[in-house]
Amino acid sequence: MAEPLLRVHELRTYFYTEGGIARAVDGVSFEIGAGETVGLVGESGSGKSVTALSLLRLIRPPGRIESGSEILFDGQNLVALDERAIRAVRGARISMVFQEPMTALNPVFTVGDQIAEVVRVHKGGSRREAWDRAIKMLETVGIPSPAQRADEYPHQLSGGMRQRVVIAMALVMNPALVIADEPTTALDVTIQAQILELLAALQRQFGTSVLLITHDLGVVAETVSRVLVMYGGEIVEEAPVRELFSSAHHPYTEGLLNAMPRVGQERERLETIPGTVPPPTAWPNGCRFHDRCPYAWDRCAAEHPPLYQIGAGHASRCHLADEPERRAEKHEPLVTRTSA
Amino acid sequence: MTTPLLSVRDLRKYFPIKKGVFGRAAGAVRAVDGVSFDVMPGETLGLVGESGCGKSTTGRMILRLIEPTAGSIEFDGINLVSLDGGAMRALRRKIQVIFQDPFSSLNPRMTVGAIIREGLTIHKLAEGAAADGRVRQLLDEVGMRAEYMSRYPHEFSGGQRQRIGIARALAVEPSFIVCDEPVSALDVSVQAQVINLMQDLQRDRGLAYLFIAHDLSVVEHIADRVAVMYLGKIVELATANDLYREPLMPYTQALLSAVPVPDPAARKTRVVLHGDVPSPANPPSGCVFHPRCQHPAKDAACAAIVPPLEEKAPGHLVACIKQPPTRVEWSVQQAAGGNKPPERYLPVLAGHA
Repeated sequence: MAEPLLRVHELRTYFYTEGGIARAVDGVSFEIGAGETVGLVGESGSGKSVTALSLLRLIRPPGRIESGSEILFDGQNLVALDERAIRAVRGARISMVFQEPMTALNPVFTVGDQIAEVVRVHKGGSRREAWDRAIKMLETVGIPSPAQRADEYPHQLSGGMRQRVVIAMALVMNPALVIADEPTTALDVTIQAQILELLAALQRQFGTSVLLITHDLGVVAETVSRVLVMYGGEIVEEAPVRELFSSAHHPYTEGLLNAMPRVGQERERLETIPGTVPPPTAWPNGCRFHDRCPYAWDRCAAEHPPLYQIGAGHASRCHLADEPERRAEKHEPLVTRTSA
Repeated sequence: MTTPLLSVRDLRKYFPIKKGVFGRAAGAVRAVDGVSFDVMPGETLGLVGESGCGKSTTGRMILRLIEPTAGSIEFDGINLVSLDGGAMRALRRKIQVIFQDPFSSLNPRMTVGAIIREGLTIHKLAEGAAADGRVRQLLDEVGMRAEYMSRYPHEFSGGQRQRIGIARALAVEPSFIVCDEPVSALDVSVQAQVINLMQDLQRDRGLAYLFIAHDLSVVEHIADRVAVMYLGKIVELATANDLYREPLMPYTQALLSAVPVPDPAARKTRVVLHGDVPSPANPPSGCVFHPRCQHPAKDAACAAIVPPLEEKAPGHLVACIKQPPTRVEWSVQQAAGGNKPPERYLPVLAGHA
């Protein structure tokens, strides 16, 4: 197998806060191949956004990427690069699409200027060339009359149009990897459909790899080929998308899928995951999900599970992989037995 | 036939657009433009639509947090629009609200106990030890420990705060709650807990909900009937079952087909809408949806005739002159420039095939 485009190995990003050390990302490893779209799924506080920011080295004190962490991209370890070198990667080879297009864009510059600036910073050349390239990019992302729109300010555009501008900015240098952090969460569902179609079309056209970060399993099902599920700063399950939805292994993934109301599904009571996500300053011992898990037994509280390989490209951080017969013994999780 | 608990008729809210130093009105944003619906006792009516369609404004007018420009809101036989401040305050005991953002809707300087107690004191329902007992009982009902009374909102997660907001609403024993995006800010696993709680409380207390949300799958799960809004108007209203199985308004069809399906094996036909929602300050003529509509019989008549919200099937109201049957006769449509007779349009939707 060819060397993947991105190989993250034992990534740890800790925040040294007054309340203790927040181990937001705690030993995350994964790969993304050239042209591949991978989904990173998790709830608030799972560490998915910090993972994304770490890839671009956008972690500021009190946060720190711990030594021993490796982010191998194109043969370079990004963790070891100095600030100047990482700036050449950021926006050019790896770029990011943020959730909120209004805050990702600068309100006092026209959208054309902002895209052209990316070109000027990374490629140099004349203003004219950069401007022409910006207009061409606006056209590529489906903005009508791009030459006029380029002269407008972000507030003059609708939410969907702004997100197209942000995507244009991310793609203008033709990067190898785009990290999209909840790119459609702030958008209405009909606009979300437009943006997801656009992302897929651009990916086919340019062969860009995409890391799509989202909490929406519906978006994942429709856009990615492989999924990473995060919980408690770790990857708890990794699987090809079809397999994840047809035969999720980790009890947390199973819980997420069951908790989701679906259009067209018969009306029954929603299943819930009792309790809440623990704070990153105090992950539970053993399996970090054990107190909310309906299958947990004594081993789960004592022994931190490794990422068990359970099939081709399918791994799960759950001792059920080792003792599958325990799946028959479903019970009330610890958290509901101890709280009032 | 039971009488409705809430009857809204031809409700309108126009926000003036002011220009120049003298604030001369230069036009109006028609945020809500002639909306009518009923909510039965113990029923959940879902109100869905995209940002800016007027669903939250509608909810706020029912609470009289925003004054309507025109129309009537009848609650239990009383017209809320004509009530004075004092009478409206007294009636707020019966009509409560749960807001979207559990972080800004609870006063950070008040303890959880004080937040829940406030309504009891204002409406003189309980005081002293009796009020404390009531607060304890309410916390228990929403699945929280009684000790939490003396804590402050910032000590709780989003889901727990939303439970506190629910306990506050329930304290005064309302019969109707306006729920404005109550679970949108919550994670999936917590969202399910809160939805189940809301359903349990409804069953136990016979509450009626107006459930305002943009998430169509949540609304399908919780609502008995659903109203779809677009640019200030209700364009379709039906039982949740009918609306999700056989949406007749082309806008509802597009909206439903845009919802991502959490099943990678699903084959789906998607109606992708082009362009953005037009400005409510300058809505399109005729049917407000016509510029983006993909109904095959769309013609000049759609731009000329304002479609009435009419019953296409029992209890299924749709505003579309091209979806038969319609009272807007073909000769009338032709006179308005129409050249394509109405025909039934039902694009196949995922999860419903």
